[in-house]
Amino acid sequence: MTLFEGRDLTCIRGERHVFAGLGFALADGGALLLHGPNGSGKSSLLRLMAGLLEPARGVLAWGGRPVSDDPEGHRARLRYLGHLDAVKPVLSTAENLTFWASAQGVTREGVTQQGVTQEGVTQQGVRQAGVAGALARVGLTRLADVPARLLSAGQRRRLALARLFLAPAELWLLDEPTVGLDEDSIARLQAGLADHRRGGGRVVVATHGTLDLPGADRLELTAFAPPGDAGLEPW
Amino acid sequence: MVLFFVLIASLFPLAIGPAPEVLLRIAPGVIWVTALLAVLLSLERLFLADFEDGTLELLALAPAPLSVMVLAKCLAHWLTTGLPVILAAPVIALLYGLDGGAFAPLVGAMLLGTPSLSLVGAIGAALTLGARRGGVLVPLLVLPLYVPMLIFGVLAVDAALAGQPARPHLLLLGALLLAALPLAPLAAAAALRQAVE
Repeated sequence: MTLFEGRDLTCIRGERHVFAGLGFALADGGALLLHGPNGSGKSSLLRLMAGLLEPARGVLAWGGRPVSDDPEGHRARLRYLGHLDAVKPVLSTAENLTFWASAQGVTREGVTQQGVTQEGVTQQGVRQAGVAGALARVGLTRLADVPARLLSAGQRRRLALARLFLAPAELWLLDEPTVGLDEDSIARLQAGLADHRRGGGRVVVATHGTLDLPGADRLELTAFAPPGDAGLEPW
Repeated sequence: MVLFFVLIASLFPLAIGPAPEVLLRIAPGVIWVTALLAVLLSLERLFLADFEDGTLELLALAPAPLSVMVLAKCLAHWLTTGLPVILAAPVIALLYGLDGGAFAPLVGAMLLGTPSLSLVGAIGAALTLGARRGGVLVPLLVLPLYVPMLIFGVLAVDAALAGQPARPHLLLLGALLLAALPLAPLAAAAALRQAVE
């Protein structure tokens, strides 16, 4: 069982201490719910876990080995969903996903490792299957060929979510995934999360909305906030 | 972009007067400076759209190295700015009365020089992402780095006009390109990682 853990993590954004001494541990199939008021560092923690941000102090480790030893490997095993949707208005819904399928390296070899391909399936075929599957998961199959500029805000968010379902990944980092989603889409997301965790994947979510994550650990970010008016740490 | 290039280059004969010796003298310089400006104008937008809609941070998280993405962006930038300028350059050269013998060194120098402009320009574009008045900062950062390309590009054409071999200058432009090809994407990728923090 490989643990994804953080020890003594400290985050400084623009000369301000966001949190200090933060620790967590996440096992296969586990879920971590980030809780805290606005500005408490939920997004910063997710970006730190993704490797976009370096901690000022502390260590992020996967299976006992620091993530900084193999940043490419860490990037390959995670999917990050931020505040922005990263949808290109000029491309169609399906074309947007196809780009990310290639960028995320959805390959025949990768999918074969999951034991799901048959003989004679081409690279492009795998990618198309991945895109079709992802669209079905978020209920956007009907809009596959529509230019993305015509999608509503909620549909764009679902397109951003669809990227998660292009290929299996070990770690999902979700920042406010339910923003703009209707009840049906939230239900689809929950089903997707359950399948992901059943397959051994783990997830870290920051959300103000209601998301049903059975057995999730809760991380209160206010517990790691600097006391009072924290001064600058001299660089 | 090509239209800008042609229009600006056409302004000089109007302003300076049609004396052929003067035009011939300034032709290489004018062609190169206006090509530089045309490339410079489009640099600010190189990464801006991706930065603003969240694509850049996802690209930074993709398995492929970010420097490879930057290289792809630079290629696209060159195809849409450098290449059209190279195709328009002989037209400008005719306008200034440059004779046929100088065409080959001119086009050769631009073929070797304009990709470097896109590559080095990407560093400036990446460094100014998210800065206020980024449009003003990019020329400030990038023009000093463009000077070698400008100097050797102009010298190549001047040499051809004087009957000297342009080869040494073209070789130097080639060396600058070979240095920029690996180094500029690495530098730009590092700057991009700073921007998406």
